[in-house]
Amino acid sequence: MKKSSKLFEGFVHGIFLVLGLVTIACVLIITVYLVASGIPGIVEIGLTDFLFGDEWASTAAEPKYGILPFILTSIYGTLGAIIIGVPIGVLTAVYLAKIAPSSVKNVMGQMVSILAGIPSVVYGLVGMMVLVPGLRKLFDIPDGASLLAAIIVLAVMILPSIIKMSVTALEAVPQEYEDASLALGATAEETYFRVSLPAAKSGVAASVVLGVGRAIGEAMAVMMVAGNAPNMPDSLFQSVRFLTTAVASEMSYSSGLQRQALFSIALVLFVFIMLINALLNFFLKGEKKE
Amino acid sequence: MISRSRKLFLWTVRCLMGLAVAVTGGITLFIVFYVLAQGLPNITWELLSTSPSYLSDRIGILPDILNTVYIIIATLVIVLPLGVGAAVYLTEYATNRRIVSVIEYAAEALSGIPSIIYGLVGMLMFSNNIGTSLMAGALTLVIMNLPTIMRNTQESLKTVPQSYREGAFGLGAGKWRVIRTVVLPNCVDGIVTGCILSVGRILGESAALLFTAGFAHMANGFFEGLGSAGATLTVALYIYAKEQGEFEVAFAIASILMILAMLINLSATLVTKKFQRRKK
Repeated sequence: MKKSSKLFEGFVHGIFLVLGLVTIACVLIITVYLVASGIPGIVEIGLTDFLFGDEWASTAAEPKYGILPFILTSIYGTLGAIIIGVPIGVLTAVYLAKIAPSSVKNVMGQMVSILAGIPSVVYGLVGMMVLVPGLRKLFDIPDGASLLAAIIVLAVMILPSIIKMSVTALEAVPQEYEDASLALGATAEETYFRVSLPAAKSGVAASVVLGVGRAIGEAMAVMMVAGNAPNMPDSLFQSVRFLTTAVASEMSYSSGLQRQALFSIALVLFVFIMLINALLNFFLKGEKKE
Repeated sequence: MISRSRKLFLWTVRCLMGLAVAVTGGITLFIVFYVLAQGLPNITWELLSTSPSYLSDRIGILPDILNTVYIIIATLVIVLPLGVGAAVYLTEYATNRRIVSVIEYAAEALSGIPSIIYGLVGMLMFSNNIGTSLMAGALTLVIMNLPTIMRNTQESLKTVPQSYREGAFGLGAGKWRVIRTVVLPNCVDGIVTGCILSVGRILGESAALLFTAGFAHMANGFFEGLGSAGATLTVALYIYAKEQGEFEVAFAIASILMILAMLINLSATLVTKKFQRRKK
């Protein structure tokens, strides 16, 4: 090979290497920015006061920056969404992967994709116009914008990820497992729930973790239906604020320590997400091994 | 004969599954038809073709439509070379397994980060330097969509038969020439799918844009628009619904977004099907 063309190939290789490393750089930069902007707030407020303080009053004369209400709300909200969304999602997935005739499967597949493609503000809008007034009437409460409304919206929003990933996991279960179970006299349904589903458990678990990630990170839809008052989530019908919405709702007019506290909240959220990602990877690896 | 308790299990499970499927399908149909029914009647030519004006008490979403188009173009123009390049590096060049797995892990981490955090970091990184503008929003979206483009391109690069490359190498082509003339043309489907998915994601994005691209409603030309703040359709929806209580406009935008989202779904399916057939 000529020297000039070798040089050129090396140059091209270098360019592609740089392009490949951009992804890593992005993750690093995001982490550095979040840590650098989140730490000062935590230091100033004090870690325990910040994480376990149960009052958030950022604009009061003597401001208080306790984010325990937000943390608890995010956890409760996500748990609630999982409790409602996972059974519906997994049952739908079993039906679609194992029982549904191909025409039904196609139609439902399209519907799930549509559900996945709906922008979160549209969920928020529908929640605001249908769900919130509906809850108010149903439970006779002064305002329907509540933790419960947020849980329901989140449950619907995580359905597509749970269904899609569980279907993939269920379809990957070896046919022999099911044949063996059927040959031993189990009915089709018993086979799907007692053999296929346990065999696909790490994929299903991964789908749940993915759902958790989506639910905990969702901001706009929740902002539109949860009422946004920084209350402790004592009841399902209380107006609450999530970690995500805490950042979003005050960012535009914040300054000084308040602004730093918002960055600190983002850092807490980021730590949550990274833990969830690690968990997701753990389950995905488990699936690959099987 | 199967025992009574097994029969009970059978029917419970069947009923529950039926219920679950009905709930999933029902909710989807309800959202789609509710939004379309509330929104479509409110779409008028005036709404689509004018800018909002306080003087004549008129709301128009033309600036928001233009901003959405601009931000999509700007994002794709930047993210395509980055994402495709990264995918090419991973499948064609990288020999070190460790680098590959670190890059893939990074891409996974990126796709797991919620958009509100992107919004925050985008604000710190871009808006604080070049001002709150569509360009700052687009740059934020570039990072968000990098994994999508990368993963789709990578998947389709893997399906390009090794023999194509060997054939080209055998004819004396250099590596870059092989990539340019043989490998890349054969993975157009992955790139196109990645683009479609990215457009869908950009259309639906709001939290990441609120603090980076701002929420002005001014109709500008392309380059002028990129330099100034502006709301995309989703951000405009949020502002109209939450801050201004203009629910008719909000539903009109929602129905437009809904139709676009369905079109994007359809085209993604069609593209995948078309290329699958060709490959067979």
